Amino acid sequence: MRYLPLNNNDRAAMLDVVGVKSIDGLFEDVPEAARLDSLIDVPLHKTESEVDGHLTALAAKNRAAGAGPFFIGAGAYRHHIPATVDHLIQRSEFLTAYTPYQPEISQGTLQVLFEFQTQVAMLTGMDVANASMYDGSTACGEAVLMACRVKRRKKVFVASGVHPHYTAVCKNTSQYQNIDLRVADCAPNCDAGILNGLDKDTAAIIVQSPNVFGEVIDLAPYAEAAHEVGALLIAVFTEPVALGAIKSPGEMGADIVVGEGQSLGVGLNYGGPYVGLFAVAQKLVRQMPGRVCGETVDANGERGYVLTLSTREQHIRREKATSNICTNSGLCTVAFSIHMSLLGEAGLRTLATLNHEKACQLADALGAIDGVELVTESFFNEFTLRLTKPAKDVVEAMVAKNVLGGLPAARLMDGQDDLLIVCATETNSDADINAFVAALTEALS
Amino acid sequence: MPLWPRLRRLYHEHEYARSEHDTTNEWLYPSRNCIWQQRLISKELLIFEVGTPRRTGVDFPALKGTKSRLGGMERTSEIGLPGLTEPEVMRHYVRLSQKNYAIDLGVYPLGSCTMKHNPRLNEKMARLPGFADIHPLQSENTVQGALELIDELADWICKLTGMPAVAMSPKAGAHGEMCGMMAIRAALDAKGADHKRRVLVPESAHGTNPATAVQCGFSIDSIPATDDGRVDMAALKAKLGDDVAGIMLTNPNTCGLFERDIIEIAELIHGVGGYFYCDGANFNALVGRVRPGDLGIDAMHLNLHKTFSTPHGGGGPGSGPTVLSDALSPYAPVPYVVKSNGTYRLVEDADSGDSFGRMTAFHGQMGMFTRALSYMLSHGSDGLKQATEDAVLNANYVQASLSDVMSPAFGGVCMHEALFDDSFLKGTGVETLDFAKAMIDEGYHPMTMYFPLVVHGAMLIEPTESESKAELDRFIDVMRGLALKAKSGEVDMFKQAPIYAPMRRLDETQAARKPVLRWRVPTTD
Repeated sequence: MRYLPLNNNDRAAMLDVVGVKSIDGLFEDVPEAARLDSLIDVPLHKTESEVDGHLTALAAKNRAAGAGPFFIGAGAYRHHIPATVDHLIQRSEFLTAYTPYQPEISQGTLQVLFEFQTQVAMLTGMDVANASMYDGSTACGEAVLMACRVKRRKKVFVASGVHPHYTAVCKNTSQYQNIDLRVADCAPNCDAGILNGLDKDTAAIIVQSPNVFGEVIDLAPYAEAAHEVGALLIAVFTEPVALGAIKSPGEMGADIVVGEGQSLGVGLNYGGPYVGLFAVAQKLVRQMPGRVCGETVDANGERGYVLTLSTREQHIRREKATSNICTNSGLCTVAFSIHMSLLGEAGLRTLATLNHEKACQLADALGAIDGVELVTESFFNEFTLRLTKPAKDVVEAMVAKNVLGGLPAARLMDGQDDLLIVCATETNSDADINAFVAALTEALS
Repeated sequence: MPLWPRLRRLYHEHEYARSEHDTTNEWLYPSRNCIWQQRLISKELLIFEVGTPRRTGVDFPALKGTKSRLGGMERTSEIGLPGLTEPEVMRHYVRLSQKNYAIDLGVYPLGSCTMKHNPRLNEKMARLPGFADIHPLQSENTVQGALELIDELADWICKLTGMPAVAMSPKAGAHGEMCGMMAIRAALDAKGADHKRRVLVPESAHGTNPATAVQCGFSIDSIPATDDGRVDMAALKAKLGDDVAGIMLTNPNTCGLFERDIIEIAELIHGVGGYFYCDGANFNALVGRVRPGDLGIDAMHLNLHKTFSTPHGGGGPGSGPTVLSDALSPYAPVPYVVKSNGTYRLVEDADSGDSFGRMTAFHGQMGMFTRALSYMLSHGSDGLKQATEDAVLNANYVQASLSDVMSPAFGGVCMHEALFDDSFLKGTGVETLDFAKAMIDEGYHPMTMYFPLVVHGAMLIEPTESESKAELDRFIDVMRGLALKAKSGEVDMFKQAPIYAPMRRLDETQAARKPVLRWRVPTTD
């Protein structure tokens, strides 16, 4: 077997040193009833080319986003990732290292984490960020727990327009901790009526911008209302590129900002792995979940980095930890950080503007089709259409024309069968847009 | 600050490495071969000190100047993010990478972490556009291959564990623990058993176990270990009661030992109406030899990034599929894949059944699924069993070869990892931490230290099946040499270590006391 260096001579010599007659001697603590005497009923080993063939055949049954017109967003976005990113994250030293528990020989990972934390803090307009969470949705769930810890209150409001899967994760994460999660109906152009319910038992309100329908939301009134009752504003985003064009959540008064970082460096990957971003105001740092990297000096006084504030974490605090989280999204943070370093502020702003321009172009083109109404007035790179036919049927009809033309809102929420959520990025060409227009026109006619 | 790369010319300081050893063996001067000397170790500035917000390493087409429709929310403030050109980026990250140790550089014997070889075929497969470039919300009929892959991996997992069902969406080990404990909580709630809130957790457990149980609304009751490193059955029996929701037990446990009484433990827990959560972090000791399903467990997470070699990536991403018994599977989280008439489909709505809910926005770590299935297909049933046996043999070989100079924590054979305590260092002035840092100077990543907590000054060594005998012999020689040096009074060398690493010991106390968690523009005061 190509991955196993020991041969039978080695094994015999090593068993001798150990002092057992056969390998079975090493498994004698296993109760007899549980010892397997035959191989498990799965195939025998395969050559590299056989495995390659098997998986390549499976991959070929999928319609890759890049294999034709593609306009789906709603929590995961297709952007061009510079070749440099994937090359660098395949360096053995990044790819095959463990969590940087021995800082003297992990400065590569640690410095990247320190830079990543700073980039996320800058992007979100917050003081500090952690070294990542599993993804945006789990970061959002952790934010709910954190807000309740900080405020010692148990009520959390979820505003309309928060991605329903994020809401579901918040519900799930908090369901056994007596947290009262009040969720507003998810619909486009929803007013801020939920703010009337805030009271002195409220720990936080969660607001997403741009929201799941693509609407850009002014978070300031939500922050004001939350702060008035002593609650926190948890701001959510699923498209980090948007923050190159719109005001940062920090500028609008957010206390905790969580988001999905997948757009930068990571790719679609059918939903994972992704990279959860988590940033907070300075005063909340010690209640923040997840790993954090900090600056220090070594015995020679040279600047270096270590994982720090570990007294919040499960391996020290056990049942009193701020979270049970252990693994983060290590390599995805490296990818995010490299992509962001390549872009810089100027590049990010240009990328954001390009996305917005593509979305405006697409909105105009689709909005001109009979039977299509644009329901999102202000948006970034994603918007929602109301169709005269059920969006699910329309999308399936377009699939037959090899156009992946948006997401039926009904896949995420009840009662919005005529809504189609559409996304454009810099990867969409004019030809893609024309194909989309033709397919949608035909599907609606 | 000098930017000039400096080569650490430290060969003359190697005299200490020459003493006490058979000088005919080149590898008894390990420091000469230490990987750190072969590198240019540079002081690498932060991107914020190199780049500027106006520079960029990405070229774009010209903008059209479209009128913005951002609803008056345009960003007007500076972000401050520095940009670097492509060559600058390449150098920065390659230089940084060279400050890391990695499994591709040498033995990485971190106990409980299973640092095994990461086959590059798996990386190639995960990057096929048919897997890497598909969206989690595409129509099901455009992702049949992805759903088939998830189903095929789930089938392997069920067969290897001997369990009837698996939840694929948990994103890492601790997330899988949460999945299992939530399924237990949901099953108890369905029975109206709201008095069952106490979870038994051995003292040797990973910290994630108690942290997870508390997040699911349970309280923790610790079970002590016996002198031979296993669950104290008398103590366990004394703690049983009607309010017990279940037990969280790692097997092999964190001392690297198989819990001999595990079947009886399962029966006892089931006897009081509780459920058995098994922490699967150490499944690498069992694959192909023991099926957890035959031990009476109800739930167990797998760490695909450990046992099935999806790379650790410097701390993630992981993947924690969680197998469930028939009693718990109705409560599994959404989404999950079902197959009917040759077509795969996703069940995404938690409201329609008994599912306890949704753990993550999408379907789990697809990129890790691809790698793990590639690993399983490559090994096959025969290779997986052989890998397990080699992993256990390697650990026992290390334990047996060091038992006269170091102090194994418990007698007898171990499973896939060998646990030592610090009694061999007693009176030397050298502590576990010093010993670990001295290993760095010999070119090795240290073992896991001070875990599990039940052993004083613990050193937990997990070599995995990826090491050749020759590589292990070199490692053993180095460890023996260090143990003898400690005993011969060379305390200072240990206290100074590491001196050949990219950095000397870092001040972790200062980092925690006055946290500096980000770069800021230097002020001029």
